[in-house]
Amino acid sequence: MTDRQPGTSTAPGTTKGSEPRDPSGTAEPNRGRTLLRDIAESTGAVVTLAVLAALALAAVLIAAANPEVQRTASYVFARPSDFLTAVWEAVWSAYSSLFRGAVFDPQASTTERMFRPLTETLTASVPLIFAGLGLGIGFRSGLFNIGAQGQVVLGAVVSAYVGFAFQLPALLHVTLAVLGGLMAGALWAGIAGALKARFGANEVIVTIMLNSIAVLLMSYLLSTTAFKRPGSNNPISPMLDESAMFVPLLGDSFRLHAGWLLALAAAVGTWWLMERSTWGFKFRAVGANADAARTAGTSVRAVYVWVMLVAGGLAGLGGVSQVLGTEGVLQEGVAGSIGFDAITVALLGRSRPLGTVLAATLFGALRAGSPLMQTVSGTPIDIVLVVQAVIVLLIAAPPLVRSMFRLPAPGSGSRLAKEVAA
Amino acid sequence: MKRVAQIAALSAAAALALAACGDAPEEATGSATSTTAAADFTGCMVSDAGGFDDGSFNESSYAGLERAVEELGIKKAEAESTDAGQYNGNLDSMMQNDCDLIITVGFNLADATAAAAEGNPDQKFALIDSTVDPARENVKPILFNTHEAAYLAGYLAAGITETGTVATYGGFPIPSVTIFMDGFVDGVAKYNEDHGTDVKALGWNKETQDGEFTDTFDDKGQGVISTNNFIAAGADVILPVAGPVGEGSLSAASQNDGVKVIWVDADGYDMYPEYQDIIPTSVLKGMEQAVFDVLYASTGTAFNSDAYVGTLANEGIGLAEVRDESVPEDLLEEIDTLKQQIVDGELVVESPSSISVD
Repeated sequence: MTDRQPGTSTAPGTTKGSEPRDPSGTAEPNRGRTLLRDIAESTGAVVTLAVLAALALAAVLIAAANPEVQRTASYVFARPSDFLTAVWEAVWSAYSSLFRGAVFDPQASTTERMFRPLTETLTASVPLIFAGLGLGIGFRSGLFNIGAQGQVVLGAVVSAYVGFAFQLPALLHVTLAVLGGLMAGALWAGIAGALKARFGANEVIVTIMLNSIAVLLMSYLLSTTAFKRPGSNNPISPMLDESAMFVPLLGDSFRLHAGWLLALAAAVGTWWLMERSTWGFKFRAVGANADAARTAGTSVRAVYVWVMLVAGGLAGLGGVSQVLGTEGVLQEGVAGSIGFDAITVALLGRSRPLGTVLAATLFGALRAGSPLMQTVSGTPIDIVLVVQAVIVLLIAAPPLVRSMFRLPAPGSGSRLAKEVAA
Repeated sequence: MKRVAQIAALSAAAALALAACGDAPEEATGSATSTTAAADFTGCMVSDAGGFDDGSFNESSYAGLERAVEELGIKKAEAESTDAGQYNGNLDSMMQNDCDLIITVGFNLADATAAAAEGNPDQKFALIDSTVDPARENVKPILFNTHEAAYLAGYLAAGITETGTVATYGGFPIPSVTIFMDGFVDGVAKYNEDHGTDVKALGWNKETQDGEFTDTFDDKGQGVISTNNFIAAGADVILPVAGPVGEGSLSAASQNDGVKVIWVDADGYDMYPEYQDIIPTSVLKGMEQAVFDVLYASTGTAFNSDAYVGTLANEGIGLAEVRDESVPEDLLEEIDTLKQQIVDGELVVESPSSISVD
C-alpha cells in the first residue's frame, strides 16, 4: 500500500461508529471504505491477472499434491523428464477436466451432454449473481455487509415454505415464493440497516451475528413438524410443488432455469438503480463521503436502511434461486457458502453489475467444473477454494498484482468522490 | 528485494538437490496388475457435506472403499461434497465416469440418489443410512439397527453406574444420531425393570424425541461443556453420539474420578489408548465392513436392491469387547442373554429413527 495516491491515503483521524461527526465535511473515509474503493477501482487488467496468477499458483499445488509427481521428484536430477512429464500431466488433467466440467465436454456421449457443462456453469452462477449484486450495492454505499449468507438462508427458507406448504396455480405459486424469499432476505438485512441507522451499530458485526442466527433458525425449523417431511424423521423438507419451481429454459435434460434470466434482469435493474436513479446517486454519495452527502441534504440514515433492504432482497433471491431452481427441497446446507462466495464475486466484479455477472460466471464455472476435476483427475476439491482465496488476496492488494506484473499505477481518486466534493 | 529472491531461490534449489539426487528407477517390465474381473470394476463414492475426513460416517464409509481397492483390486472414484448444492452435480459427474456402483453416503443424499436412479435405470447405487421412496431396482439401501447395540450399551451403563445416573448427548438431532440415544435410554429402562433400580438417563427423552445436542460434529469444546454439565448433574457414564466431539467427553471424564465414556461407531478402546481405562465398551456401527461387503458382492453378479441391514445377528453392529475388569461377570452374562433374545426376535428394540425395509 505504499504507492497509494495522496487523495485516498488513510488519515490517523479515522472516524468511529456509524455517523462520522467531523464537521469539516472533508473527513477522510475510514480504512474499510478506502479499501473497498481501492478494490472497486482496480482495473480490469489487475483482475484478469489476479485470476491467472491464482490459477498458476493452484497449478503448483495440484502438482505438489500429485503422488506421481512426488514419486518422480525423488530422482528429478537423474531423469528430469519423468518429473516434468508428471507435473504436466497432473496440471493438464486437472485443468482440462475442469474445462470439460465447466464449458464444453468433447468426450461426452451425446451432443446434449457436450454442451451441458456450460449450462451447469450458468446455473451455478445464478445465486452468486443475485447475492453478489446485493453485496456490490452495499460496498459502493460504504456498507460492509457480511450478512449475505444469512439473507440467502432466510430467502431459501421462506420460498421453500411457500413452495411446499401451499397448492396454487403455477404462475402465482412461483411468484409468491419468489416474493416471499425476497422480502425475507430484505427484512433480515433490514435489521442490520435499522440498527446501524438508529443506534450506530457496526454493520459488520451485526450481519455476521445474523448469519449464525439464520443458520440455527433453519436448523430449528427443519426439526419442527411444519417443515419436516411427513413420515420421516430427517431434517429435510417435503419436495416443493412443481408449480413453485422455476421453469427449465432448455428442456428437462438441462438444469438451467428461468432464474438465470431473472438474475440478468436484476443486474440490469441494479445498474439502473445505481447509475440512473436519484436513490442510486444518494447511495453512491454516502459511500464516497457520508459527511459531504449529509451536508448536501441526503438523509444518511435512510440510505443505510434502504441499501440494506435492497441488498438483502437481492441476497434473498440468491437463496430463492437455489431452492426453486435446482434443489427443490430445503435441507441443512442448502445455501452452501453462497453468501460468502458472493463477497468474493462482488469484490472481483468491482461491485459493478456487469463485473458481478462475469465474476459469478467464473465462480459458477469453478463450481460446475470441480466435481469432474475431482473424479477424473483425483484433484482435491479444496484446490478450487485455494483459487478463490488467492483471487481475493490478490485483488485486495492491487499494488501487489501491479508490482508482480509491473503495471503502472492507476490515475488518482474516484470520479464520484470529485463529483460529490464539487 | 532482488537479493532476498536470489537467496530464496538458491536455498530452494539446494533443498531440492539434496532431496532429489536419488536414482531413477528401471523401466517397469511387464505389468503386475491383477487381471481378475474386479480390476475392471469401478467403485464410486459421493460424500455428504461433511467430506471424507469428517472423522465420522463419511470417513468410515470411505475406509470401506479404500479397503476394497486394496484387497479386491477395484478402481475407485470419489467426489467430496462441500455443501448440499453439490449433491446433484457430483452424482452427475459420477454418471459420466463409468462407475459400476455409486455409493452415496448419508440420508442427505437420498433425494439426489433417487432422482439419479430414476433417470439412469442401468446405473447401480448404494445409499447409506436411508432408503429411497419409492424403492428402486437399482438402489441398495445400507442400514444399521444401531439401536439394538445401543440398547445393550444402555443396559451395561445402568449396570455399572455408581451414582445411579447416566447420560447421552448427540451432535445434531438427526435419525442416525438419535437412534443411538433411543436404544441407550431403552436399555437403561430395561435394566431398571429387571433389577428394580431407578437409574436415571439424562440427555434424551424418547417420548418427545428431545434432548441434549452440541449442534456440531467438530467442536470438541462443546463435548467438554456438555459432559461437565452431566457430571455436575451426577452422571458417571456418558454416551456421546457426536463423532469427534466425543473426544471432549473423554477429556472431561478423565479429569473426574469414576466417570466413564461409552464410545460409538468404532472401538474407542483401540482408537484412544490413553483413555482405555475409562472406555468400558463401544457401540460399533460397521460401516466400513458394510461398504466393503456390498462392493465385494457387486464385483460378482450379486448386486440386488435388497437392503443391507447391519444387525446384532449378522454383526453389522454390536457391542465392542468389554475389556474393563470392573464390569461384573453376571452383568456381561445378562447382556449376552439379551443379545441372544434380540437376535432370536424374542426381544424387540424399537426406535422411531430405525428404517423398516419390508
